[in-house]
Amino acid sequence: MSQDPHGHAHHPELTFWEKYVFSVDHKVIGLQYLITSFFFLLIGFGLMMLMRWQLAFPGRAIPLIGHMFSADLAPNGVMSGEFYNALGAMHGTIMVFLGIVPLGVGAYGNYVLPLQIGAPDMAFPRMNMMSYWLYLPGGILMLSSFLMPGGAAQSGWTSYPPLSIINPGQTMWLLSMVVLITSSLLGAINFLVTTINMRAPGMSLWRMPVFCWAQFVTAVLLLLAFPPLEAASILQLMDRVFHTSFYMPKDLVILGQAYAGSGGGQPLLWQHLFWFLAHPEVYVLVLPPMGIVAEIIANNTRKPLHGYKTLVLSMVAIGVMSFMVWAHHMFISGMSASLGNFFLVTTMIISVPSVAILTCLIFSLKGGSIRYNVPMLFALAFLPLFGIGGLTGLPLGLTVTDIYLHDTYYVIGHFHFVVVTGSIIALLGGVYHWFPKWYGRKMNDRLGYIHFWGTTISMCAIFMPMLFMGMAGAQRRLYDPTAQLHNLPVQSWNIVSTYAAYALALFQLPFIYNFFHSMWFGEKTVENPWKATTLEWACPSPPPHGNFEKTPKVHRGPYEYSVVGRKTDYWMQTDAS
Amino acid sequence: MGTYGWSLPVAASSYAGSIDFGIWLIHAAMLGIFALWGAFFVYLLVKYRARPGVAAEREDHEDTPSHISVPDSFSKFPFGQLLYRNKGALKSLVPDMIIMAFEIALIVFYAIPVWSKIKMVVPEGPEVVHVQLIAEQFAWSFHYAGPDKKFGPRRSELVHFSNPIGLDRSDPASHDDVVMGNELRLPVNKVALLKMYSKDVIHSFFVPEFRIKQDILPGMEMPLWVEPTKTGKFEIACAQLCGFAHALMRGDVYVQTQEEFDAWYKSRLAANPAAATPTNPSEEF
Repeated sequence: MSQDPHGHAHHPELTFWEKYVFSVDHKVIGLQYLITSFFFLLIGFGLMMLMRWQLAFPGRAIPLIGHMFSADLAPNGVMSGEFYNALGAMHGTIMVFLGIVPLGVGAYGNYVLPLQIGAPDMAFPRMNMMSYWLYLPGGILMLSSFLMPGGAAQSGWTSYPPLSIINPGQTMWLLSMVVLITSSLLGAINFLVTTINMRAPGMSLWRMPVFCWAQFVTAVLLLLAFPPLEAASILQLMDRVFHTSFYMPKDLVILGQAYAGSGGGQPLLWQHLFWFLAHPEVYVLVLPPMGIVAEIIANNTRKPLHGYKTLVLSMVAIGVMSFMVWAHHMFISGMSASLGNFFLVTTMIISVPSVAILTCLIFSLKGGSIRYNVPMLFALAFLPLFGIGGLTGLPLGLTVTDIYLHDTYYVIGHFHFVVVTGSIIALLGGVYHWFPKWYGRKMNDRLGYIHFWGTTISMCAIFMPMLFMGMAGAQRRLYDPTAQLHNLPVQSWNIVSTYAAYALALFQLPFIYNFFHSMWFGEKTVENPWKATTLEWACPSPPPHGNFEKTPKVHRGPYEYSVVGRKTDYWMQTDAS
Repeated sequence: MGTYGWSLPVAASSYAGSIDFGIWLIHAAMLGIFALWGAFFVYLLVKYRARPGVAAEREDHEDTPSHISVPDSFSKFPFGQLLYRNKGALKSLVPDMIIMAFEIALIVFYAIPVWSKIKMVVPEGPEVVHVQLIAEQFAWSFHYAGPDKKFGPRRSELVHFSNPIGLDRSDPASHDDVVMGNELRLPVNKVALLKMYSKDVIHSFFVPEFRIKQDILPGMEMPLWVEPTKTGKFEIACAQLCGFAHALMRGDVYVQTQEEFDAWYKSRLAANPAAATPTNPSEEF
């Protein structure tokens, strides 16, 4: 695929469709990904708010909208077990595969990575477009499964067979996953080739911003981890559609009826294949946000990051190690108990680079001149809250304590602290940081502060109670927690969590308004409003097709702030002197 | 306080104490780490806020430029020079080292020994109480061998609503067997070995007071042992999503003295239903 570096100079007029819909420009595709993935995040959040009602007030009709659901889903407005399980499975799937990954990689990676390395576009612009145009139909396919007879997938986002083979809705889930994985693979290849081949002169690997490194490692993870799940999904599809028995053992009796398949398969095989993807996937969710946090912190402390190389090498180490820890999700799955010891050790090893990254980011504050603007608040909130997520992983990664805590609300609290107060907080901060570049206008600060404080406080109020419930032994995935005695003493925490979730929804309104209002009416801004050093701030806001007036030349590392003896406190990578 | 509360439930098995020890130790360490980090973090945020006229201080990346010589005390031992020249970078790894040392100690002295005891050793001997557990959507069946210590054979073609585990009542080994629905009885202070099977999907046997959990895979035999140390009634819950009524899949375990247990067994045996072996189960529905 050839790329004309001077293409922007003599462009024919693009039609509306070519410019905004079927665009090959990485910036348009990035914004398409941004809007679409935020839309899916809202939908996933909406599903969760329905579930939270049922968890706090089981057996009570869902207010306002309960009677709009069909009698199968919610008889008399009260959620059924099937509907709850469908919402749960779809919430997880949508948030992970349609929300955060496309936002962190598809949106931020697409828009920012080529700019930061000084490239005119991605290496394969058409493939880039195809990646988006597989993602969107894949997502619509996933959502449309709610309209199928029997409803959407009901076996959890993990889809463990045999349940997933005999439950309704799963075929659509699998088909949609195959489409989405294909989209991610196309994106990953594109990111790798772009980073390796398209860097501007002078942009050596060790001069790349941390964000680019994070995207690069993420692309490697996607490329290596997704194919096993794609294969596994096709096998599960075979089991469902053609009654093969890759995952189905012999002599099953389901609700009194003998299962028709031949049997001889092994349910654990799916779990191994699934977690072989899904653990690296956790780092796919976390690394791009870490890159965003590093960029924002360097910019707003006005000093170089502490331990740039340590940060990068830790990310690479996490990437390598993430392929060796998957079975810590399976300590009590029935796999050989001695394997548990092996995965215990690798799990503790992977915590070392993770701690190193957090340490570097905190030490980066030392000696700084910290500007407390909206993106910086989000980046700073990431540090302690992601820290809680990491620390609560410790008793789950340890085989012995996991016996008790596995499949309880403690797990839910832990990974939501990682992915929501970690990843999503950072991704929201990224919007405020790069918005001036995307639209040439600034977002409103006052609304930004309201959004920040409302969001972080309500997120903590949602997830903290989950840790307490988990300690008391309350299990996850119960559509009616009051059906079991040991959940009753902690049921009031469910109510706290539910009200906090509704508060979180309210606090997103200023953000949504701020985003669209500022897009057209925000205060106009300049090329480099944050006085940053990296390359994306060396081109107009928004950058034209082709990005740079002429190919930029890179003279120094990414974070040359507060260099002694210079008039300004930032020294851009492109400045000749 | 009852059996359950806001924190860990009552500990009612021989290994519950060692699991609780780990949970409290790790949480104490977590809180300690978080408090130290948090205090340092807040200090940095206040001390290094932007003030007019005060520029950020850059760190010196090379701690000791190469023209400055390394003290003799360092150049003596291997890698001494390298360590001395990078002492700043190493200092930032100190928190990491402390956490790593803590984790290694946890693995070596706690996790591997306790895990091996709970999950890797299957108890044997005449004193062991044997029970078979058969899980299905959405119920538990418990199968006792009786005085002959032989379990009657189970056949999937005999499964019927009156015989949920498909026990072959025509086999002599099954004549003194007892099958209970959603009710497990165990004698206190005796090691019980549960062999667990699933008829349909994956279930997970979870008794919070025993601090034990084990997934049950269909097509495989899952052993699990427990030594109850407190008499009383505890809840059995399914901890793995098993379908629309997963939340309702529960049972009770009654831990009794040996005498109570024996008396109960006799009463059940007397009430044993006649062998139900329809020739073609599907006709019955």
